[in-house]
Amino acid sequence: MRNRFAGIDIGSRTIELVIVDVSGNILLSRQSDTGFDPMAEAKRMTEGVAYDRIMATGYGRNLYEIAFDAQTVTEIKAHATGARFYFPQARAILDIGGQDSKAVALYENGKVKKFEMNDRCAAGTGKFMEIMARNLGYDIGRFGWAALLAEKDLAISSMCTVFAESEVTSLIARGENRSEISRGLHLSVIRRAVAMIQRVSSEGPIVFTGGVANNPCMRALLAEKLGRGILVPEQPQFAGALGAALLARGEG
Amino acid sequence: MSEDYRSMWAELGMDLAGHDALLGVLGKAYQDIYLFQKERPEGMAYFDFVMSEVHGLRIKELLDEKAAGRKIIGSYCVFVPEEIVLAANATLIGLCSGADFATEEVEKLLPRNTCALIKSAFGFKIGKVCPYLESADMIVGENTCDGKKKAYESLGDLVDNLYVMDLPQVKSINGRQLLKAEYLRFKTAVEDLTGVAITADSLRQAIRTVNAKRAAIHRLCALRKASPTPISGLDALLTNQVSFYDNPARFTASVNTICDELEQGIADNIGVFPAGTPRILIAGCPQAVPNWKLPMIVESAGAVIVGEESCVGERGTRNLTVESGQTIDEMLEAIVERYFQVDCAIFTPNQERLIHIEEMVAAYKADGVIHYGLQFCQPYLMESIPVEKALEEMNIPCLRIETDYSMEDMGQLKTRVEAFVEQITS
Ligand code: SF4
Ligand code: SF4
Repeated sequence: MRNRFAGIDIGSRTIELVIVDVSGNILLSRQSDTGFDPMAEAKRMTEGVAYDRIMATGYGRNLYEIAFDAQTVTEIKAHATGARFYFPQARAILDIGGQDSKAVALYENGKVKKFEMNDRCAAGTGKFMEIMARNLGYDIGRFGWAALLAEKDLAISSMCTVFAESEVTSLIARGENRSEISRGLHLSVIRRAVAMIQRVSSEGPIVFTGGVANNPCMRALLAEKLGRGILVPEQPQFAGALGAALLARGEG
Repeated sequence: MSEDYRSMWAELGMDLAGHDALLGVLGKAYQDIYLFQKERPEGMAYFDFVMSEVHGLRIKELLDEKAAGRKIIGSYCVFVPEEIVLAANATLIGLCSGADFATEEVEKLLPRNTCALIKSAFGFKIGKVCPYLESADMIVGENTCDGKKKAYESLGDLVDNLYVMDLPQVKSINGRQLLKAEYLRFKTAVEDLTGVAITADSLRQAIRTVNAKRAAIHRLCALRKASPTPISGLDALLTNQVSFYDNPARFTASVNTICDELEQGIADNIGVFPAGTPRILIAGCPQAVPNWKLPMIVESAGAVIVGEESCVGERGTRNLTVESGQTIDEMLEAIVERYFQVDCAIFTPNQERLIHIEEMVAAYKADGVIHYGLQFCQPYLMESIPVEKALEEMNIPCLRIETDYSMEDMGQLKTRVEAFVEQITS
């Protein structure tokens, strides 16, 4: 009986697994760090989980395809499908994941119209945020809340992780407020994301996915800088895996 | 390649160890990318052979010609008219290369942000690994993009036989006069080199030879309009790449042979990819041997390339030279007329190129265009933005790729291309 469909999103930072039933109800979702052996981790995550068909996405999808004979789909289509499941009217998606970010514009029927990806380095991604949070002594969950407390804007000019780190160090040494530095870092990521989404889509609400969408300051800044509505699914980090699971089921 | 080529390479002053390394990489890439393909036309066997002997037998042929007194001229651009070279009893060879070599040494002479094509040309010279370059009696540079223009100043220190051709940047009356004057100057230089005066007969014959070669390529291109596509984009690109090295008459015959085979295949409804496979047009920078990176990614992502809007492609081969001229001057006029239409991005404005891209999309029934830009190539990267915009206004999906010869971005490129293929798949 075909009634459990799996989607696995193998990113360079984390792996997500989602199982849905025929009606698209999420039966299971789990996340884990990719570690140094993505295939071993992916195998561990799927052990003891029953499904009829699995679809892999994310940068590790081709390795998974070879190792486990699965079907694959790109992150672009997977995220689009996942986002449309929560917001059937969605025409634009911004995903900021662990190691890359992407903006996708859709036609009314959900087909991909245009996309952009930033995947050459960690700048402007979840990884960048993690490193910066650590430099400022926050855990990633509190980073965004701290940034929301800032009272004024503080400009961070470097987008490169290495340069931004030293910029942060010197701002701390100068005695700048940690919340304001945090907000500055959030802003620099958002500026890039806004430019990327504007290049593919010029109006209407944006579905915001990926782990970074859990960050309240990011959501607020994105809405403010874009002047467009922001829709965030619950558990935005699972959008890619959910999309893959829905595609494994046979449709969006 | 057999042992006796080693002494030939050594005599050319090549670095044998470096050359072995290059051939190793080239052979492996060819194996993985070309021989891995399924259901290839039988006529490709000739091109496989040429590639397997590209630094061997073909060089030996050229050296034999040289021994008999024929001169060899190398060029880096499709603006260098082969007609004039052939008419003076010389052979024209393309020198562009598609692989990184001796990059660290190159970056002592050129800034890091120089396009891969230029860097590669320097790398092959510094590394002494290109037998064509080492056999050439004259190396022709041309004032096209700023990168090349300035790089030739430095290349002049590395070789003693560089000739620089000036080229117009505007399609104006003055521009055309400049091209004509430069072709005349080139004619004299080639005649001086060979000691052979070009005659109306030799020029007419040369025009016919080059026209026949281009006509054969046109024929092959036209067959790619069929669905299912009778030949992979990789193989079609290879034939085009080989046209820069091979003996023109033999090349023409081999392309025509493959066309006969493909015509039969089309009649029997046989293709290398199933009907309905998404069709992609590549537009942008030239792809020289062994730069097969993008086509390999595209065709392993479940799409087929149906045309190249590039200098190793239709930009380089479009239009024949009118053959009816009686005098040398009339024929030179016809040559100028033909080359002046090349829509390289070094021209401003360059509206013709966009028109050609649109025409090619329609003619080859392409579902989308991938604009291929080499990193740091200002002319083509600049044009890629208006090209994308214009295509999207016509509802033709376009993906802009910016890359180089390294393999570092393979993963990212694959994701982009696969997503684009998903996008254009109905
Ligand atoms: S792209 Fe321009 S410069 Fe390069 S070979 Fe073609 S015509 Fe020459
Ligand atoms: S690819 Fe671009 S930058 Fe490089 S030589 Fe050709 S025109 Fe110049």
